[in-house]
Amino acid sequence: MNELFTNVDWADIWQATLDTFYMVGGSLVFTILLGLPLGVLLFLTGKRQLLEQAAFYNLLSFVVNVLRSVPFIILLIVMIPVTVLITGTSLGVAGAIPPLVVGATPFFARLVETALREVDRGIIEAAQSMGATTRQIVISALLPEALPGIIAGITVTAITLVSYAAMSGVIGGGGLGDLAIRYGYQRFQTDVMIVTVVLLLIIVQVLQMVGDKLVIHFSRR
Amino acid sequence: MIEFKNIHKSYQVAGKAIPALHDTNLTVEQGEVFGVIGHSGAGKSTLLRLINLLERPSGGQLLVDGEDITRLDSAGLRVLRRKIGMIFQHFNLLSSKTVADNVALPMKLAGIYSKAEIKARVAELLERVGLSDQARKYPAQLSGGQKQRVGIARALACRPKILLCDEATSALDPQTTQSVLQLLGDINQELGLTIVMITHEMDAIRRVCDRVAVLDSGRIVEMGPVAEVFLHPQHPTSRRFVFESENQDEQELHEDFRHVPGHILRLTFHGEATYTPLLGTVARETGVDYSILAGRIDRIKDVPYGQLTIALIGGNYEEALKRFNAADVHVEVVR
Ligand SMILES: Nc1ncnc2c1ncn2[C@@H]1O[C@H](COP(=O)(O)OP(=O)(O)OP(=O)(O)O)[C@@H](O)[C@H]1O
Ligand SMILES: [Mg+2]
Repeated sequence: MNELFTNVDWADIWQATLDTFYMVGGSLVFTILLGLPLGVLLFLTGKRQLLEQAAFYNLLSFVVNVLRSVPFIILLIVMIPVTVLITGTSLGVAGAIPPLVVGATPFFARLVETALREVDRGIIEAAQSMGATTRQIVISALLPEALPGIIAGITVTAITLVSYAAMSGVIGGGGLGDLAIRYGYQRFQTDVMIVTVVLLLIIVQVLQMVGDKLVIHFSRR
Repeated sequence: MIEFKNIHKSYQVAGKAIPALHDTNLTVEQGEVFGVIGHSGAGKSTLLRLINLLERPSGGQLLVDGEDITRLDSAGLRVLRRKIGMIFQHFNLLSSKTVADNVALPMKLAGIYSKAEIKARVAELLERVGLSDQARKYPAQLSGGQKQRVGIARALACRPKILLCDEATSALDPQTTQSVLQLLGDINQELGLTIVMITHEMDAIRRVCDRVAVLDSGRIVEMGPVAEVFLHPQHPTSRRFVFESENQDEQELHEDFRHVPGHILRLTFHGEATYTPLLGTVARETGVDYSILAGRIDRIKDVPYGQLTIALIGGNYEEALKRFNAADVHVEVVR
């Protein structure tokens, strides 16, 4: 084994894998915390919805689109000063999380909006006819009904974050991507490159599998 | 219980006000089953949804229990809605919650019931609609009829005074329709619940309603006790519904009878008169011969009725007509 992968330092790989988990996990938590309310807000203020607010919706929608159209690599660089302000560093795991969150939140918010729109209007109507407030409709009816869609959205977002996190290796973000770039790409150590890519692939596969399982579990069909 | 005073409703479509319900006046009495029948787009759902303000009237007064509900603030509106249950054509159950949790939902939302109260009430309701053993299932695992029973149980959770039914049986097969209508009728009797149901099937009206309004292009064109409207429909729309429900076509029938000799009468019996041997007696005593061209004997709610179209040939026709008119039967001379 070690003869095949002469350049591979397994301790480094292990540390990088952990860092990738921290980056993806940490940024996923913040993405959900920010993106879920944002998605709900997008949904509620949309056309023919409970809190229809055309001007507000259009503004919010525009901001989301702008953030989504900025290539992530640009966002990484542009965000550096802001990141330093928030975390004190633009390097390592901590430095990677703010740009990841900013990159993924608008994306996830859209997925949440779409998932909520998939809920049958009749459900909202039934809840209204019971005398539910808008907040109750969202918490007790819409979110539970949209849960499978939201979980699917979280899965897609998590996988996107894995590849974003790898990209953040470019600005010294740490993790498997960082290894791949520093050793595999810059020093032509193909074996390191292969190991990191295989590990990333396994992570993506596992995320997708778990996500699909959860979607099926919560679909109740 | 429910009173529409000059209620009208228009929808804004592309900046223009499209009327869906014209000046409407009607009163639904406490404890009655009131039916509204009309073709697709007639404005039935609009009318129904005004009662719990899922739609706001464009003008007029809407009284529920003597209170003008259009003046309620949002808190008042929520209290009102708890007094009004609603069931839907497509059930609108939460697929993510079990049967028991669906039924419990209105009580949880109300926020005034304890956990124990909710649990007991849910058990009681599921027992009543015959679904006690399905409590832990999800809606996707139920048949249409079972889903509507859950819908009914859910609508009754907060002990409403009024139940609104929007095409509650239109997605069900005839047998299931029958049993759901039966359940609604029983609930009306047991709880003294006022029920407003809209449908495009005269059969549903005939089975459970006390009074009916016929809606046509946003206007009530006929309204009265079901027996009255069903047996003697005046407006063309009402006539069409009645004939449709009997799988007959008024025009076609008249065509068919063109070749039948003699006089043609339509006799309508209602109540005990349905079972009297009137036809035979009159024929024997006046010497007329009769043949039955079309007919039906059934029930309106719990009262039997019969409707026969007969041809009379020979004998003393004038005398026979006099006898029919004197008897407890409604006579319509077709020809
Ligand atoms: N939200 C809405 N916006 C605009 N027009 C509407 C809206 N809801 C209903 N309408 C229109 O109002 C009219 C009456 O609709 P309504 O839903 O009350 O009919 P309905 O008798 O219930 O018909 P169906 O049997 O098909 O359910 C229709 O012409 C319909 O297109
Ligand atoms: Mg309708």
